[in-house]
Amino acid sequence: MKYSLFSLLRQAASGHERWPAQWRDPVPKPAYDVVIVGAGGHGLATAYYLAKQHGVTNVAVLEKGWLGGGNTGRNTTIIRSNYLWDESAAIYDHALKLWEGLSQELNYNVMFSPRGVLMLAHTVHDIQVFKRHVHANRLNGVDNEWLTPDECKAFCPPLNTARDIRYPVLGGALQRRGGVARHDAVAWGYARGADRLGVDIVQNCEVTAIRRDVSGAVTAVETTRGEIRARKVGVVAAGHTSTLMAMAGLRMPLESFPLQALVSEPVKPVFPCVVMSNTIHAYISQSDKGELVIGGGTDVYTSYSQRGALHVTTHTIEAICELFPMFRRMRMLRNWGGIVDVTPDRSPIIGKTPVPGLYVNCGWGTGGFKATPGSGHVFADTIANDRPHPINAPFSLERFRDGVLIDEAAAAAVAH
Amino acid sequence: MLLIRCPFCGERSEIEFRHAGEAHIPRPLAPASLSDAEWADYLYNRTNPKGLHIERWRHVHGCGRFFNAVRDTISDFFVMTYKLDDQRPDLARLASGQRR
Repeated sequence: MKYSLFSLLRQAASGHERWPAQWRDPVPKPAYDVVIVGAGGHGLATAYYLAKQHGVTNVAVLEKGWLGGGNTGRNTTIIRSNYLWDESAAIYDHALKLWEGLSQELNYNVMFSPRGVLMLAHTVHDIQVFKRHVHANRLNGVDNEWLTPDECKAFCPPLNTARDIRYPVLGGALQRRGGVARHDAVAWGYARGADRLGVDIVQNCEVTAIRRDVSGAVTAVETTRGEIRARKVGVVAAGHTSTLMAMAGLRMPLESFPLQALVSEPVKPVFPCVVMSNTIHAYISQSDKGELVIGGGTDVYTSYSQRGALHVTTHTIEAICELFPMFRRMRMLRNWGGIVDVTPDRSPIIGKTPVPGLYVNCGWGTGGFKATPGSGHVFADTIANDRPHPINAPFSLERFRDGVLIDEAAAAAVAH
Repeated sequence: MLLIRCPFCGERSEIEFRHAGEAHIPRPLAPASLSDAEWADYLYNRTNPKGLHIERWRHVHGCGRFFNAVRDTISDFFVMTYKLDDQRPDLARLASGQRR
């Protein structure tokens, strides 16, 4: 069913009780052309673009839990593309351009809201780095501008620009095209779109082994719902990529860390934009439900526990209270963790692997949500044509062997 | 917050420590003789296991010394900690002991 004003009125007439399910719950077939492991935003987007742009519809997306229940449903939904290096700017801005038309493309309201992402500078070093970012971004056609503290205050009135706080605001870099989207809707929209094109989304189906023939090429995956044959398998499993790739005998340049986030009680609209402060680890925006959505830094040790230490969130809350004193008496509703797979250069890995038929899309670390449409788009192209798309060619696994890192560790403007 | 047993100072709170990555990754004795792939494996590839993990910690806000720990990355439970020059523990035996 196409969603429109007409369908809304028709369903309203029957009391909204006859809306059809948005996707099927199929029993997995014995074989597919392509199996995608992981039904998060990136995996579902990959399946969608495989079916939509490449005509590959005999596709299964296998998910060990429920779709969108991993990092897709756990992140703080910030979207921006103001990365330093040319390769990064290309892929993140590719994603941002897809975000701008995504609701229309999917006929599904992903609530993309380009309300502006303001990144605060608190030290002289921050100022130098951010101004360098602004110039580099503009050379790449990515919007980014430098704001003085007064301009930051005008753009985000709740911001405390007093000079006597521990880390005073010395300015900020603003990407006006950046913003937020509804994370669940992104997974649901891609799931519905892929399902309508014939893709099977199989939930509660954990991959337990990857089968290969004598030449080493992928032939099938073992799952908790039986063996599923496929000559092409794309692993899009975020924090669990290392364990999945180990099933095919591959060691990955990845470590998995918990990254925590929390939301407050819902209040009326008080916060007009997204503010990030990498130096003191505070990431904040307000959802359309009214909750403040707050992100912290990663915990220091590797873990798969999907929770982290309270002192990490405390640290973030202290920073939020200093920057936005009006939130000091706000109550927090819940906090949680997601497991993020971090590469040595803090850039993702998207492409082929040494195992024929096995493709990987991982290493998005603490910032994968923003790339969801672009990541799925180029990964689908890579799988369909068995060669990397020009945009993801630099993000190969081989870059670590060849020493061609895309070093966003210091440049992503995110303190890791 | 985790309680971590420093082999030198005893049990202390997590915020006194810094995680220092996977343990028992010796620097190759003759780096020049390695292939690029072997060097990249040493520099970048990590086991990143879901389960028992042998890792280095440093008691930065205490004695300042490095030590090794075996931790379950599913529960964050510390199975043991030991000094750097102690024998590497047998993970298989530790895992079966944990199951009991």
